[in-house]
Amino acid sequence: MTALAHVPTSAGEPAAAPRRSRSRLLPYLLLLPGAAWLLIFFALPLLQLAAASLYDPGGSLSTGYAMTWAFDNYPAALQAYWPHFVRSFAYSAIALVLALLMGYPLAYAIAQKAGRWKNLLLVAVVAPQFTSFLVRTLAWKTILSDNGALVGLLRDVHLLGPDGRLLATPFAVVLGLTYNFLPFLVLPLYASLERLDSRLLEAASDLYASPLRAFQKVTLPLSMPGLIAGTLLFFIPATGDYINAELLGTPNEYMIGNVIDSAFLVRLDYPQGAALSFLLMAAILAIVFGYLRKAGTEEVL
Amino acid sequence: MRTMGHETPAGDLRLANLTKRFGVFTAVDDLSLTVPQGSFFALLGASGCGKTTTLRMIAGLEEPTSGQVLLGDRDIAGLRPYKRPVNTVFQSYALFPHLDIHENVAFGLRRRGIRKVTDQVERMLALVQLEGYGRRKPAQLSGGQQQRVALARALINHPQVLLLDEPLGALDLKLRRQMQIELKRIQTEVGITFVHVTHDQEEAMTMADTVAVMNAGRIEQLGAPADLYEYPATAFVANFLGQSNLLAGEAAGRTGDDLPVTAHGARFSVPADRARVDHGPVFLGVRPEKLHLAADPGEVPAGHQHVGGVVTDASYVGVSTQYLVRTAWGSELSVFAANSGVGGRLAVGTPVTAHWDPRHAFVLPREPGEDDQTAPLLDEPPVGVPS
Repeated sequence: MTALAHVPTSAGEPAAAPRRSRSRLLPYLLLLPGAAWLLIFFALPLLQLAAASLYDPGGSLSTGYAMTWAFDNYPAALQAYWPHFVRSFAYSAIALVLALLMGYPLAYAIAQKAGRWKNLLLVAVVAPQFTSFLVRTLAWKTILSDNGALVGLLRDVHLLGPDGRLLATPFAVVLGLTYNFLPFLVLPLYASLERLDSRLLEAASDLYASPLRAFQKVTLPLSMPGLIAGTLLFFIPATGDYINAELLGTPNEYMIGNVIDSAFLVRLDYPQGAALSFLLMAAILAIVFGYLRKAGTEEVL
Repeated sequence: MRTMGHETPAGDLRLANLTKRFGVFTAVDDLSLTVPQGSFFALLGASGCGKTTTLRMIAGLEEPTSGQVLLGDRDIAGLRPYKRPVNTVFQSYALFPHLDIHENVAFGLRRRGIRKVTDQVERMLALVQLEGYGRRKPAQLSGGQQQRVALARALINHPQVLLLDEPLGALDLKLRRQMQIELKRIQTEVGITFVHVTHDQEEAMTMADTVAVMNAGRIEQLGAPADLYEYPATAFVANFLGQSNLLAGEAAGRTGDDLPVTAHGARFSVPADRARVDHGPVFLGVRPEKLHLAADPGEVPAGHQHVGGVVTDASYVGVSTQYLVRTAWGSELSVFAANSGVGGRLAVGTPVTAHWDPRHAFVLPREPGEDDQTAPLLDEPPVGVPS
């Protein structure tokens, strides 16, 4: 085969051209199923949603919606629900900080110190994902319930007042967010800390860096790709989440996801739901791009 | 010697009864030695002999089980690595991949709170002949260049002792020879104590003022390279540092200035000052290049001693021809004959007489029951094997 390839035959020349063009097409052919899927199930619905956000807000499912290019839907929706936006970002930001405080040491310990327990610990991180998101959140509802052991204990040691409670508080919602999205932060962090060469830390230590300095100057910068990926994977779904506020909170803790949920499924106000969805998307995109520019790692995305 | 250090008045590096055990395995066994200030000291040994563990204990990366590491009068064995006036050039270089060359070299200075580093970094990069490479990342440099960055990164701190852990192990032969000369030049220039760990005996001999041959956690012999080579103290040193023909024999006390040795039914004689023992089982050793071949016993010069044999192998290696000569009792002696144009080449099968000047022979202690050792030890373990 290889020998033949070097022999310039008159028959070989014309045959080579179509083969080359076919191989040029091949990547696009391979792209086709995925692209078609994205087009049908992402791009088209997105367009439909964008259109819906501009429908006449006076319409309803029974009377039908008229396309009136009602750009006023956006300021109106923001006007009505800006506290929910603020709450969403505040909750998920607090949850992110908590998750970082727990997740970074966890990922570091699994990657660098766990030795033969590494795989078991990784399974422990991932295993809860085998049950449904809903079931896990409902479990927290039981744990935090007013008659539960935890609340009883906290009341006994006077960390909670006699009628103090955990469930149906912002605390419970933030805790739920932290818990549910923690693996999305830990796994990318683990992947980049696992590649960290411990000899670099020895070198840093040899070059007068205290353990804290070595962490700051070597470990942290080298784990930056995982840290950025992890925080994004945590922050984006946490901000749009509505299950935790629904199950662990009250309407006072409702986040923007709950509002969108009710706009589509309860109030059947499609234009408003669509407008809120786009506002959320825009806000998250703005934060993500601002964050990536600040972090200065274009190779992450 | 030039003093460049800004540290406290330096002193010799002394290891006193240093021991390191990993579980039941003793990596370094009651090691004591002194490295004079400003010298180039090589720790030479095969993989797993404890030389790297010794180095790591000096650096503070490994905690001694017992014993002391003294710099001048100060015991630094209890200090954390970042508190020691000691820097290391690692075998893997361990350059920080996220920092450019300039920042890699400046790392130690910055950690000690020195703000203005540019001049020093430039000077250090010039010393290792890497001017203009400051803005590159380590991954953009070749192995030899990375090695020099690692050296600059350590040297810029003017440590009292610079530790080199097989720094040339990953380089190809030609670059290695070039870097050996370079390292020696830099050491002479800066006057810092260098402790160099290597398994390459040629590397140790080329660069070091003093070589310590380590085996199984202990030092077999310590001295100037020429002394170690010309008059080894043990069979291990005789075969690890170059090659030796060691004939099993018996000695029964000196007669005058000579020590008669009986080996394989023949009597040989060695000057008494070239014998490590003068009673009991001994090895009679002669280096291959100190053996000469004569086609007929009549050509043996007066005063030389000789054994007869047959050439079984002849390898032409350019500067010399390496012969194997099988003796009457079956051992094969190595003989290196310089290709100086004097004398012809001997064909395989030729009966010859191997002869030597008794002043070039040496007598070493031998464990009873040990036979001749004429094959070289494997002195180049696979690259990358930690030792």
